[in-house]
Amino acid sequence: MDDPLMLDANAVAGDLAEMFGFDVSGSVHRCTNCGNQGAVATLLAYVHGPGTVLRCCICHEIVMRWVRTPARIYLDARGAAYMEMGLS
Amino acid sequence: MTERFTSRGFFGKRRDAGTDRADRIPPGQYLTDGFPVLSAGPTPQIPLETWEFTIDGLVAEPMRWSWEQFQSLPSRDWTVDISCVTKWTKLDTRWHGVSVDDLLAAVEIDPRAGFLTAQSYGGYTTNLPLTDVVNNQAFVAWQYDGAPLEPPHGGPARLVVPHLYFWKSAKWVRGLRLMEKDQPGFWESLGYHIRGDPWREERYSGD
Amino acid sequence: MPEPLAWQIATVTGVRPESAEVKSFTLALPAWRPHRAGQHYDVRLTAEDGYQAQRSYSIGSPPSQTGEVEVTIERIPDGEVSPYFHDVLRVGDQVEVRGPIGGYFVWEPALGGPLLLVAGGSGVVPLMAMLRERSAAGDDTPTALLYSSRTLDDVIYREEIDALAVAKDGVGAFQTLTRSQPPDWTGYARRIDREMLSEVLASIGPQPLAYICGPTLLVEAAANGLVELGVPPARVRTERFGPTT
Repeated sequence: MDDPLMLDANAVAGDLAEMFGFDVSGSVHRCTNCGNQGAVATLLAYVHGPGTVLRCCICHEIVMRWVRTPARIYLDARGAAYMEMGLS
Repeated sequence: MTERFTSRGFFGKRRDAGTDRADRIPPGQYLTDGFPVLSAGPTPQIPLETWEFTIDGLVAEPMRWSWEQFQSLPSRDWTVDISCVTKWTKLDTRWHGVSVDDLLAAVEIDPRAGFLTAQSYGGYTTNLPLTDVVNNQAFVAWQYDGAPLEPPHGGPARLVVPHLYFWKSAKWVRGLRLMEKDQPGFWESLGYHIRGDPWREERYSGD
Repeated sequence: MPEPLAWQIATVTGVRPESAEVKSFTLALPAWRPHRAGQHYDVRLTAEDGYQAQRSYSIGSPPSQTGEVEVTIERIPDGEVSPYFHDVLRVGDQVEVRGPIGGYFVWEPALGGPLLLVAGGSGVVPLMAMLRERSAAGDDTPTALLYSSRTLDDVIYREEIDALAVAKDGVGAFQTLTRSQPPDWTGYARRIDREMLSEVLASIGPQPLAYICGPTLLVEAAANGLVELGVPPARVRTERFGPTT
């Protein structure tokens, strides 16, 4: 899929770190829709919109999406069946 | 009071409205000449042979149009100002399409239906009160600036509701579902305002 | 858990042209910490009225260069942030940054090889950080760089890349110019394709760790090409720049 608006989620690693408190771009996730497992950084990121949407690089369904308002972040991570993050 | 860092000499791509048009720019918005493409996913590519527009939900009988049938509905030119919640406003945009009034006239709406959900190819949804789409306040457009609406801007056809923030103007629209309750759509369920009036700066829930 | 990220105010200590539309900016960081080659910093500009624009820029300098980072930025004509860097920012100015960030698109000698680096345009920046780190560490992992530019004037780090070709310390430098080539050009003269990738792969061995960075369309084509040539998808890492502004 060669949509020129698409980036890798690596590009939003900073925004993700703001939510999770540390860099999760290398963390493994599992796509709720198709079961694909891979680093969060491999998700396809759509950033030019009212919010950010991360889609599975295999099935293209939404894995995570979020909206930043001046005071809050709203995160929907239902598309990630789990995320695995390392300690230390 | 904490001092906020500012970047010397940074203004951004914003254009000054000039005093003669300043009153057409909603609060917190700036003028743009371009037409930014905002997206939550890949641009759907829908062949016109399979394109359909449906009105269903709280109606006596659903109504469905093919592309050819849709094109033969009464349509007209529209020139409107549009405002995106990401702060750009574009004045005097020109479209061609059919009024939502004429679409709704083709069905018998249940009196309980006070709201609708616009549904798009690709899965996007947005919700609107019926009162915001009737009386020529909304239309479904298939032409922009005199040419067929391009896919990145919502073609083959998109909903346009110019008096609300532009996330309500669903790209790649495929139908309207009449509902009894206001059902938050894609962005409304994630922190954006349920109605989105730019003149009251209703950007986020709680505004 | 690793430390949380915070915005900090960096000072511009150097500006250096790299090519016609590209400049490198050296930023001194009060809270510098070592990055990994391939990582980036987020940059945020704030106007007087609070309007903000934010972008990410890859770090070109190796982590052995302490206290500061170098970011190399292409000026996008109708962009918002890159024209500010090129046209307004001066040595002594300050800019708000956050990082280093990006734990996935990184390489260090411990990750092994062979190493294949594929770049389009300013996508060469994080890959150059990897090459500079490899050199600073005295590492000898067999490495190939395939770098696509429009014309010779658009090639970033030109002298450094030419030096790589001559140094013979295990780095093969392959270049392609897609729009126009000088009369004595001996490199490739077309967009990256499977045949080109196959020839470059032959110089280092079949199962490299591959890093591809650049415009989205180039990255897609190269990634697909490598997988078709038998490189396991898990060993191909990409960083798409998108239609940058």
